Amino acid sequence: MKIAITSTGNTPDATMDSRFGRCMYFVIYDTQTGGTEFIPNPNKEALEGAGPASVQLVASKGVEKVISGEFGSKVKAIFDSLKIQLVILNNPNTTIAQIIEKFTAQKN
Amino acid sequence: MKIAIASGKGGTGKTFVATNLFYVAVQDGRHVTLADCDAEEPNVSGFLKGKTIRKKTVSQNLAVIDPEKCVYCGKCRDWCIYNAIICLEEQRKIYVLDDLCHDCGACLVACQAGAISEKERRLGTVTTSVMGSNTVLTEARADVGVYSSVPVIKAALAEAGDPSLLLLDAPPGISCPFIATVAPADFVVLVTEPTPFGLNDLALSVETLEQLEKPFGVVVNRDGLGDNNVYAWLEEKNIPLLMRIPFDKEIARTYSQSRLLAAEDASYKKKFLHLLQKIETLCEK
Repeated sequence: MKIAITSTGNTPDATMDSRFGRCMYFVIYDTQTGGTEFIPNPNKEALEGAGPASVQLVASKGVEKVISGEFGSKVKAIFDSLKIQLVILNNPNTTIAQIIEKFTAQKN
Repeated sequence: MKIAIASGKGGTGKTFVATNLFYVAVQDGRHVTLADCDAEEPNVSGFLKGKTIRKKTVSQNLAVIDPEKCVYCGKCRDWCIYNAIICLEEQRKIYVLDDLCHDCGACLVACQAGAISEKERRLGTVTTSVMGSNTVLTEARADVGVYSSVPVIKAALAEAGDPSLLLLDAPPGISCPFIATVAPADFVVLVTEPTPFGLNDLALSVETLEQLEKPFGVVVNRDGLGDNNVYAWLEEKNIPLLMRIPFDKEIARTYSQSRLLAAEDASYKKKFLHLLQKIETLCEK
């Protein structure tokens, strides 16, 4: 399964970005291979529609889950219809490595 | 001449200043139109009553994509600069976000499959009323729940046209509805209150107007409330202070009862006329 995580930086030490549509980076984490891909968010400066454009990006990567701090009102229904689960984390200090670790621990 | 009355912070007295300016301009024998462009909460009609002569419905077209005809090429999405279309080629899914659609028609041109049509969506109304022979009131009123009131404001501006004096009661804030209202203005009156909130939002409005290269001046309402920081700030930035209106229970009472201060108090009639003349002088410079 692929998971998208919003990140403030392009390393696993970076903390999660609490915004979805305008985050700095998207991390695409593959739970099967353990591989991570950091993608700079091309929509972070979008005048309008950063959320939907970011849905386009993560959905086209084939993710089944998105982890962020906050999702805007325009994107929730679309994620629902695509059967992509949204996970909201309240602690903005969590690092990408910690989030990935949590998922690996849950699986084993 | 077009004068917009705006503010960063809401509730500082835009409509108070706009309606009183309108009143003194009418009394001075001017041909004047007051356009209420605060389309999300128009309230000029609470103070000034005219005879309605026209009511227009404002609507826009929205793109509708037929998933049966769609070939999921993604062209319409690539052409949409407003990010209103999501197209997932692999999953064969397509979405239009109605709130983001600006009725530009680019997707209709982009689509080679004939999958896109349009439907109409109502956005609000523009009402025109007359008070006597030389005075017109135009009101932009967006429907509840409409994402952007800008098309309604633009329709009201078109309806108001180019009278010899046009007063524009602007919406609060500095986002698109504010920009749409001040865009045609020759001068912008920023109404603020001497509080930290008022000053913070005034600074944002000033920054925006400087980028738009609009001449402007400031009216401080409820003078005596809060602190004096706004005055030092105006001096430092070399921004003209056009008028100070004191924090006065009687003024508040008059306004809360939908009455016009300038119509009841000769000294304020003089002060608002003086404000109008001051603006005109600044415009001529």
